[in-house]
Amino acid sequence: MAQVELTGIAKSFGEVRVLRDVSLEIRDGEFVTILGPSGCGKSTLLRIIAGLERQDAGRIRIGARTVDTLRPNERDIAMVFQSYALYPHLTVAGNLALPLRMRLLSWQQRLPGARWFSPHIRAVERDINRRVSEAAALLQMETLLPRKPAQLSGGQKQRVAVGRAMVREPRVFLMDEPLSNLDAELRVHMRAEIAQLHRRLGVTFIYVTHDQAEAMTMSDRVVVMMDGQPLQFSSPGAIYSDPVDLRVARFVGSPRINTLPGVTTGRRSIDLAGLELPFDVALAAGERVTVAIRPAATGVAGQHGLPGSGVPGLSGRLVHRENLGSDLFLHARIDALDTTVIVRQDPSAIDAFPLGMQLQVDIPVDQALAFNSAGARIRSRVVARAAAS
Amino acid sequence: MADTTRADTLERSRGRLRRQQALTAAGLAGPATFLLFLLLLGPTTAVVALSFTDWQFGAKSLNLIGLGNYAEMFGDRVFWRSLRNTLVYVAITVPTSVLLGLGFALLIEARSSAQGFYRTVYFLPVTATLIAMAVVWEFLFHPNIGLVNLLLGLVGIRGGHWLNNPATALYALAAIGVWQSLGFNVVLFLAGLKSVPRDLYDAAAVDGADSAWERFRRVTWPMLGPTLMFVLVIMAIRSFQVFDTVAVLTSGGPNKSTEVLLYTMYTEGFTYFRSGYASAITVVFLAFVLTLTLLQARILDRRVHYT
Repeated sequence: MAQVELTGIAKSFGEVRVLRDVSLEIRDGEFVTILGPSGCGKSTLLRIIAGLERQDAGRIRIGARTVDTLRPNERDIAMVFQSYALYPHLTVAGNLALPLRMRLLSWQQRLPGARWFSPHIRAVERDINRRVSEAAALLQMETLLPRKPAQLSGGQKQRVAVGRAMVREPRVFLMDEPLSNLDAELRVHMRAEIAQLHRRLGVTFIYVTHDQAEAMTMSDRVVVMMDGQPLQFSSPGAIYSDPVDLRVARFVGSPRINTLPGVTTGRRSIDLAGLELPFDVALAAGERVTVAIRPAATGVAGQHGLPGSGVPGLSGRLVHRENLGSDLFLHARIDALDTTVIVRQDPSAIDAFPLGMQLQVDIPVDQALAFNSAGARIRSRVVARAAAS
Repeated sequence: MADTTRADTLERSRGRLRRQQALTAAGLAGPATFLLFLLLLGPTTAVVALSFTDWQFGAKSLNLIGLGNYAEMFGDRVFWRSLRNTLVYVAITVPTSVLLGLGFALLIEARSSAQGFYRTVYFLPVTATLIAMAVVWEFLFHPNIGLVNLLLGLVGIRGGHWLNNPATALYALAAIGVWQSLGFNVVLFLAGLKSVPRDLYDAAAVDGADSAWERFRRVTWPMLGPTLMFVLVIMAIRSFQVFDTVAVLTSGGPNKSTEVLLYTMYTEGFTYFRSGYASAITVVFLAFVLTLTLLQARILDRRVHYT
């Protein structure tokens, strides 16, 4: 079993504190993505798990072992790098075989010509060749085996890098932004392939990325990291719809979540420039809060002279439209809050929304999220009730 | 019928266009080609041609003597001595300065601080005028007051007169050659080391190649392949051209023990004014350098597989 347990990991480079007190518990066989903007410390965390970097404080356990003092190759891990890091002077077959040769043969046995004197070495090499061709078959790259990395496309290199990690049969796969050097179409394709590979191998995957689409589509659970700290560790669905921190809410979702400045009234509600949202929280009056709502959760009320839908709304002016074919995003300027709100609509309705029109933006209370001035989530019992019903 | 005429016209105008393009290309390449002939191919051809004559510098007439110069050269003990000395010099300086250069580059690269300082210090001999430096080396090699013998004396070795002893003079010159080119190699190797991707070392560590030797063997050495080939060939050509230290310090002596190709060529051509004979020596010298250059072009192109 290879669960990965991090306890109180901290790391500084000189004056810069890259990681502060990171604790995570990753289950055996789980696909966990560490998601965060560049510079949040996610790559450093992965390198610490791999043993390429030593933590200043904290403990790492992989499976039943504490690996803090172990070298990378003793940790039973494999790593895929953003730059692929293939050995340019070796063929694809040589690249795949190297980790096995390093592990299964001693340095004397690796000497050129040693194989002529020992049937044992020849047997090990046959075994290595078999495992290399198995991995190549699994990744459908048998024809690439005799080539050098320079003769491969980006996607093929990526596949070789994954293959090199796979032949070792590690208990934990570490992947550091493995898709970010690929073009968009290939990225989507490789996303599916990596998820499939995870299902087939059934081992623990720890995947680092700044791309929320990768995190949301592949993972069992996502860790959102900011400023060297994990903010939330839960399923992709919960990261999107139930963020515990305003920074998480802002980082996940495209277009970005709408954030509106509000003030508590003291009457179990929040005031948004005159619009009173019922929020079942006991907060003193006059506290600054942020109300956040996804573009897809909002709506437009009162169009075509229809009566309002009954949910509270903000009046604004349509200043910009974006038609993506699958979605239509309306940018509504809310003067009272001095902000712009993005509303998702069905593209077929585009003619109903001429630029400059006045519209009423729905803020459904059960979909709205409230955060205090420090960015922490304020849970409302109304939300809980609405979700339950 | 009308179609054929149209096709013909089209074909003709296309041909005209192609001719015009060829003319433009020739015109644009012209100046460079002209200079190439004037400065490189012309003189080389002249040297080869002169090597078949008995021309003496300043003489008004010359006679074609066929392979006479070559016959004389191959029968001359001084020429063979000179060729052998040159090859020994190359065989000592090239591997020594390349390996030392690589070693120093690895040591400097491993240090985090003062890299610029060491780079500059090692590069200084390259920028210094070798003739001026040769005077300094003459002092260092002086039998009584020279630093070399003083240092050797400290450990109980009695050093001789390095530059005046036929047994040691060539090696002393080779040592100066190594000293002079070491910095050049260090700088080239440092540049090569800088271009090795860090990720490769990480990948090697994960793959189990994390001892210093394995890192060197799996990543550094193969990644330095192109740099190494370049340094080797450049060093070989430079060593073949050894002349200034010989001219200043030993004049080919004592007893022809430091006679090298270019120095023999110089004495024949500019002391005895036997330009035809000197040209023949130059042709031999050119043949060696040309072989090395071709070797570089061939092997380097095939071995550079990195993007």
